[in-house]
Amino acid sequence: MTTNGVWQILIYFLIVLALTKPIGIYMARVFTGEHTWLDPILKPVERLFYHICGVDPDQDMRWTTYAYALLMFSAGGLLLTYALLRLQGYLPFNPQHFGAKQMPPDLAFNTAVSFTSNTNWQSYVPERTVSYFSNMVSLAIHNWMSAATGIAVAIALIRGLVRRSAQGIGNFWVDLMRATLYILLPICLVYSLFLVWQGVPQNFSHSIQVTTLSGSKQTIPQGPVASQEAIKMLGTNGGGFFNANSAHPYENPTPLSNFIEMISIFLIPAGLTYTFGKMVGNTRQGWTIFTAMSVLFLAGAFTCYHFEQSGNPNIARLGVETRASVGQPGGNMEGKEVRFGIADSALFATVTTDASCGAVNSMHDSFTPLGGMVPLFNIMIGEVIFGGVGAGLYGMLIFAILAIFIAGLMVGRTPEYLGKKIEQYEVKMATMIVLILAADILCFTALSTNLTLPIGRSGSAAAKTHSGSGASSSSSLASWNRVDGSNPPIYEGATWNNVNNPGAHGFSEILYAYTSATGNNGSAFAGITTDTPYYNLTLGLAMLIGRFLMIIPVLAIAGSLAAKKYVPVSAGTFPTDSGTFVMLLIGVVIIVGALTFFPALALGPIVEHFQMLSGMRF
Amino acid sequence: MLKQLRPAILMVVVMTVLTGFIYPFVITGIAQALFPKQANGSLIRRHGRLVGSRLIGQNFTGPEWFHPRPSAAGSGYDATQSGGSNLGPTNRLLIGRVRQLAQQYRKENGLPPNAPIPSDAVTESASGLDPDISPANARIQAARVARARGLPIGTVKGLIARCTRDRTLGLLGEPRVNVLELNLALARLSRNQRK
Repeated sequence: MTTNGVWQILIYFLIVLALTKPIGIYMARVFTGEHTWLDPILKPVERLFYHICGVDPDQDMRWTTYAYALLMFSAGGLLLTYALLRLQGYLPFNPQHFGAKQMPPDLAFNTAVSFTSNTNWQSYVPERTVSYFSNMVSLAIHNWMSAATGIAVAIALIRGLVRRSAQGIGNFWVDLMRATLYILLPICLVYSLFLVWQGVPQNFSHSIQVTTLSGSKQTIPQGPVASQEAIKMLGTNGGGFFNANSAHPYENPTPLSNFIEMISIFLIPAGLTYTFGKMVGNTRQGWTIFTAMSVLFLAGAFTCYHFEQSGNPNIARLGVETRASVGQPGGNMEGKEVRFGIADSALFATVTTDASCGAVNSMHDSFTPLGGMVPLFNIMIGEVIFGGVGAGLYGMLIFAILAIFIAGLMVGRTPEYLGKKIEQYEVKMATMIVLILAADILCFTALSTNLTLPIGRSGSAAAKTHSGSGASSSSSLASWNRVDGSNPPIYEGATWNNVNNPGAHGFSEILYAYTSATGNNGSAFAGITTDTPYYNLTLGLAMLIGRFLMIIPVLAIAGSLAAKKYVPVSAGTFPTDSGTFVMLLIGVVIIVGALTFFPALALGPIVEHFQMLSGMRF
Repeated sequence: MLKQLRPAILMVVVMTVLTGFIYPFVITGIAQALFPKQANGSLIRRHGRLVGSRLIGQNFTGPEWFHPRPSAAGSGYDATQSGGSNLGPTNRLLIGRVRQLAQQYRKENGLPPNAPIPSDAVTESASGLDPDISPANARIQAARVARARGLPIGTVKGLIARCTRDRTLGLLGEPRVNVLELNLALARLSRNQRK
């Protein structure tokens, strides 16, 4: 590690820390309906939209109504995007003339689910698959809608903790609308112009053909990139305008744009911890959560940075410098950009997976085994280190409920959190969330690793057509299996797709894919080709499960807590704004994650680490 | 319950209009007015002809040019296929490729066998379109370029120093040299000398 790298990470953290309180106070005002300085402009707009949509903003919803509204809204958006993607050939802003051929049903399903669930997993290569219209409208609307939905759920859970003997947990439409108008929109207006200033394009031109200085031809895609980039980061979405995502010089042109992009990932999630403290009437409660998150964040960032800067001994042996020196970055530069170097790449990878963002400024697949295990483990523990907008806070509060319950068991007291008794129902729901997420990841990974379906209809199975993701995919049943083109043909199942990286690394790719889908992250060990009907459908399912089977139990907990009476603090109450609780919370997060996923990690990155050290190659 | 269906549908419509149309069009309008150069891709013209974008790397192979990093984008710097190699650290394709590129790099630049090579020179970037190389990588290439162009090495090194960008605010990112800008400066210099 270099001194400069360590400073970059620390200064990044200090800026996030400094922004937490101001943004947290502002968001608390927005969601408690207090006056904000944007009211004169936005109040009339807000009222107009309620009027158009037939929303009664004063209605207080029970958790079931809240969940129903949320599901209907998400389903509406999902269907709209699926339809628009399939019909992109008939829609405007399509200078490259992409159509349904580039977006077959399985891919359109995967993509629509992916954006609706705030995952932004991309099985397709944007430059060769989606029109400007698809990017800007069909997909980017979900960057807003899914982000606002996540924030709404977190606020509903906070209300559950705050309210006493109440029926309702707020109004979904109001939370959704206020999150969008008062928080996301004003920040994005300024932020996207900053990105343009740094060099991110914002136009509707056709790709530009140039003759390069040395006389060859180059086609440079254009588009409305900056407007999408801003909300992609701020809403912890992560779906790139280009295939290379935030590594692409048009999405992230400078070290400064990179720094601000990283800040914008953590801005709302960190602020929400303060909003939480403010709304429950004790800001120390918020800072406790913030501290637990910070410890886990810094541990991950420095671990990842350490292994990436140490580099790959197989490559060092060839005389490539892995020590940083004046004038060259050293370390493991495969899949990294010179302007970001090692520190900013490792930091970005940690931040994007602590949160459920999933944008990448380096290729995680080419990280060293343990450097790459940091992002993987961050997602596995549920993206509760600041986490996705809203999703991170409600995820961490679920762990807080589990931690309180475990503490209660250890000392024999009735567990209480913020004056609410934690009882069977809440613990059941919280446990269910942990189990569903683990099962979603591990079952799909096990299935896909072992799957060798018998060939469907011999002869009709296409020969190796998927040389890269984004190639057109045939959706006939037979193509669930593919022939690898060798003679005699070898029939393989899902694992056909990770021939790019054999050995333990190939397993890591599959594990990362389902982890990312379940966690609604969207980053990838991208050597795996997932644009096949099998992967598109199973990953789509994993994303739906990971999103909505988490949100529904969280809202159920919110409803149950809201209805409870307040239990005054007594000598028997375990304090949840103390250093002890910070450690307990971190312990629960790590132990649950480690117990669940250690065997899988041992088969992937851990064994690969030792293989790399002993010079093995595959 | 069914009461929520109408708001659900209308809310999707309202949000689509607001975030899918109004927002990007407003941003485009302001961006084109305030930052037309960046908003249109930071393109570079030379003698009235487009030669590329300052931000998008392009391929240079001859000894008279500074070479960019190896690229995994298509057949090299194909801007319609951005992306990295995505090869894992134990993949024999990766190690074999680095070995071959390291040999080639030493040979091209007249380095002794086993001379240390800057880590960016033989690894593929994340985007495949990395516009930059490290200053150390540029300095190693200076002798070759100077010889091929018949320029004094001091002049070429001076160009590198002028085209080197330090860390932003002395802190963020890494020092770097934009290959296209450096080669453009080189071309300008050779042209002026011929006159």
